[in-house]
Amino acid sequence: MTGIAARMRLWGDAARWSAQRAVARAVTGGLREALRGRSLLAVVAIAFGVALGYAVELVNHAAVSELNADLAVLAGNADLEVRGPRSGFDEMLYPTIARDAGVAVASPVVEVGVKLRDHDEPLDVLGVDVFRAAQINPALVAVARERVDALRSDALFPSTGAAQWLGVDVGDSVIVQAGLHDVALRVAGRAGADRAGRYAVMDIAAVQDRFDRGGRLTRIDLRLRAGANAEAVQKRLQALLPPGVDVAPPSSSAQATTRFSRAYRVNLNVLALVALFTGAMLVYATQTLSAVRRRPQFALLRTLGLSRRRLVMWVIGEGAVLGAIGAGVGLATGYLIASMALARFGPDLGAGFFEAGAAKPAAEPLSILIFAALGIGAAVLASALPAREAARAAPAAALKAIDADVLLPAATNRIAWLLIGVGFGMAFLPSIDELPLFGYLAIALILTGGILAIPAAAQAALSRIRAPRALPLSLALAHLRATPGRFAAMLAAVVASVALMVSMAIMVTSFRQSLDDWLRVVLPADLYLRAGTDSAFLSPRDQQVIAAIPGVARAEFMRVTSIIVDPSRPRVVLLARDIDPHDAGARIALVGRDIVPAAGAPPPVWISEAVADMQHLTAGAAMTLPIGGRNVAFTVAGVFRDYARQQGSIVIERARYRALSGDDAVNEAALWLAQDASVAAVRDAIARYSGGRARIRAETPASLRDLSLATFDRTFAVTYALEAAAVIIGLVGLSAALAAQTLARSREFGMLRHVGMTRRQIEAMLAIEGAVLAAIGVAAGLIQGFAVSLILIHVVNRQSFHWGMSLHVPWLSLALLAVVLLVLATAVAAASARRATGIAAVRAVREDW
Amino acid sequence: MVELRDVAKAFDGSSPRQIFTGLSLRVEPGEYVAVVGASGVGKSTLLNTIAGLEAVDAGDVIVDGVDCAHLDDEARTTFRRDRMGFVFQAFHVLPYLSVAANVALPLALQGLHGEAADARVHAMLEAVGLGGREASAPRELSGGELQRVAIARALVHRPSLVLADEPTGNLDPQTARQIVALLRETVKASGAAAVLATHSRAVAASADRVYRLAKDGLHPTSAADIE
Repeated sequence: MTGIAARMRLWGDAARWSAQRAVARAVTGGLREALRGRSLLAVVAIAFGVALGYAVELVNHAAVSELNADLAVLAGNADLEVRGPRSGFDEMLYPTIARDAGVAVASPVVEVGVKLRDHDEPLDVLGVDVFRAAQINPALVAVARERVDALRSDALFPSTGAAQWLGVDVGDSVIVQAGLHDVALRVAGRAGADRAGRYAVMDIAAVQDRFDRGGRLTRIDLRLRAGANAEAVQKRLQALLPPGVDVAPPSSSAQATTRFSRAYRVNLNVLALVALFTGAMLVYATQTLSAVRRRPQFALLRTLGLSRRRLVMWVIGEGAVLGAIGAGVGLATGYLIASMALARFGPDLGAGFFEAGAAKPAAEPLSILIFAALGIGAAVLASALPAREAARAAPAAALKAIDADVLLPAATNRIAWLLIGVGFGMAFLPSIDELPLFGYLAIALILTGGILAIPAAAQAALSRIRAPRALPLSLALAHLRATPGRFAAMLAAVVASVALMVSMAIMVTSFRQSLDDWLRVVLPADLYLRAGTDSAFLSPRDQQVIAAIPGVARAEFMRVTSIIVDPSRPRVVLLARDIDPHDAGARIALVGRDIVPAAGAPPPVWISEAVADMQHLTAGAAMTLPIGGRNVAFTVAGVFRDYARQQGSIVIERARYRALSGDDAVNEAALWLAQDASVAAVRDAIARYSGGRARIRAETPASLRDLSLATFDRTFAVTYALEAAAVIIGLVGLSAALAAQTLARSREFGMLRHVGMTRRQIEAMLAIEGAVLAAIGVAAGLIQGFAVSLILIHVVNRQSFHWGMSLHVPWLSLALLAVVLLVLATAVAAASARRATGIAAVRAVREDW
Repeated sequence: MVELRDVAKAFDGSSPRQIFTGLSLRVEPGEYVAVVGASGVGKSTLLNTIAGLEAVDAGDVIVDGVDCAHLDDEARTTFRRDRMGFVFQAFHVLPYLSVAANVALPLALQGLHGEAADARVHAMLEAVGLGGREASAPRELSGGELQRVAIARALVHRPSLVLADEPTGNLDPQTARQIVALLRETVKASGAAAVLATHSRAVAASADRVYRLAKDGLHPTSAADIE
């Protein structure tokens, strides 16, 4: 008896198992079918987003690791670091610091950006006291055949990376520029680190002597005595230091640099998330349309006893499988992209934030998990609504397959407008830790809300059109009016990608036009001279000679240096220039109101938007600046736009700077020529005086403008490519959805052919549907893109980079984009219609579901 | 009037199949003819052949004196639009149009709009028992009601020939009986000829003549002989 019961139980289990397998086959059949077609595109889109995000993460990680490693090498075993402005601080501070009870070793350093004769980029040369540096930082110790070379004034010790970059070996000469003169330095060995970082080491006295840094230091590395309290020593030393000189652990300077580039890195990551968003929209479209198509099958399964919950899990599970495949492909592709990008452009992708040698991507398990989760999560989230739709459909009605539309929750439109409203509200919130997180959230909410608002908005617009008499048109409109949920699903990806492309196009055009406008304001002279970096400068005599060159009617000079305004940030650029306080707008691009300080008030300075944002200052505010080793009070006379210096800049009258600092050299000059003077002749005269064109670069405003705009275009070229890829994916998604829908409606077309509608009429009907759909998608994309562009311009860019810009819409390009999308969508619809109206459609009227 | 003379039809493809040969049939105006036969024997293909939707391999298909085989696709479509009406097993009512708009489709295709069309639609819906349901959506209708909409659509433009393919195949017996009666009544009232493909004894019993379709053509039979 027991045996029979057990056998019956086994048969029962087997029957249940068999039924469950049948159900599973029925449901997963949809997945298998889907994976062959349209869902492949969704997988590609998810992979695209994950690949971009993961590649950016790998590159960022490599960049920050490289930077930290390089800075760690340069800092050696230092516990603290004293650092001052780029022009340095008085070396008399050194004995005071070195004598502190907590300091075991103090190693003075002079850092100079040295102009090279044969390279455009400068070389960082660190002047060190070899005996003291050896106790703290082996990377700054010269490795020479003859040890005495380390003390010779003509001996240069490049790092391995610098030697490779310069293409020099021991015994070779490197010609550098000091002032307007060439100096030949002998490569006498290598700096003692095996890293690829690009720098060179010299004897400290030689650097001070050769590069006009007599009596100045830029850094002192400190090693503390065993048991010394670092915080107490830091506090004690800080009290001894003059304004503008700071003492901090070496890691803080790495943090300041990485913080500086953080907004750029976060923006790149957001761009990748945007691609993932488009992918999620494609998954949503695929799953929604698939759920509608399989509605009768789901209804049958529900009738046969499949629970609502299990059906939801099945559909979400399908999304998860799509996401997992996309994430897997994306991670592998991302690694490849990162490897190629690091090899081709370097760790900062050419943005110029920091200089680092060859880096390789490191696949961290946590990053892999995060990006896999993002890909799968996006697909699962995108499948949630379709799963709800699949489970909600009443089995009896669904079995009749009479309802053609996607069932949207009743509150969809209200939720859509709520999301849009909250999104716009968030755009007015401030940044969090200097990241425009609310701005990003606002964009996500507006895009999601905008897509959810399409069904009701489009239905309202379509219902206003009077029913036309032409049958193809009237049927097309009737179909669109009756199926807003279905076409909204089809449009989701294309709307998202068009909106993002439009927003980026408006933002980039606004930025480019604002840059152009800015260049026109800041380049009023006929000729601009640049001597170079720290080592190359124009002395007072040079300035006199240049101003007196025949043909030069007026010469204005500028000293470019940098000072520490906030120790937690990179140095701010100080521009000491000839400027009239009563007409500052003639030289700098002022934004907002400007003032002339009242008599007796502190003298004026003008601050860039970045400084204004970071220090929370406006025109009329008081500020102090550390110049010449003391804090000097100033009045903010105005805020100006500066696209050239993201870290911020401050303009001060040159005469005042000279009086405060004693620094009378300059790096740059602007020349206004006499009416009959020739630019070429003046350039020749300058070249003759300086001993060659390379020593003082002379450029016209037109060539500087062209160069700037070319650099701008090159920088944004990758962005254009990414946007174009997103739009192509969105468009292909729409095309695939149109083709799939056309095939799914073949019985409808068969009936229409029976009752006497010509193939051409059906093709026209579908082409009109495609055109109207594309028009709705493009219109929605344009409106949302415009809204997002305002957030990008006024919130994201402002909070990330502190760049203000005015709005410029590229009407022609947008019109062209709209026309191309319309034509393509119409053509795709017409092409799929031709395939769908043949004899197969006629026979399809016999088909049961 | 419909006349088929020695018509032959085969399907090409990976497994070519001869559907029928030597098929002849003549249906006079007002006649109501049923074609029966097992599933897959080619009943639907025969209707498609008469409608000019499938080309014949041999023989002539004459409808109202016109040999459809000699017309191009455009002309065949126009001919079908003006002279024929169709009733399908699965109704094929467009879910995104109202009941009235579905019925008005053939009129719209003929360019008839406005009050005249509305009056014809209204009258036709009254005739099939759906008066007052003009604005209803198809999803609000039962299967029998949907087939009534299809019958109205098949007759609203006053065709000379109605082709019905398993018109009760998706209906319960009681509704099927009502639809059979309605179809015959409305077709007869319109004066059109009708050819019905069915395997239903009840549908066949409503016909004036019944034929069994076989590979070698049509053979007269009676509803009583249907198993």
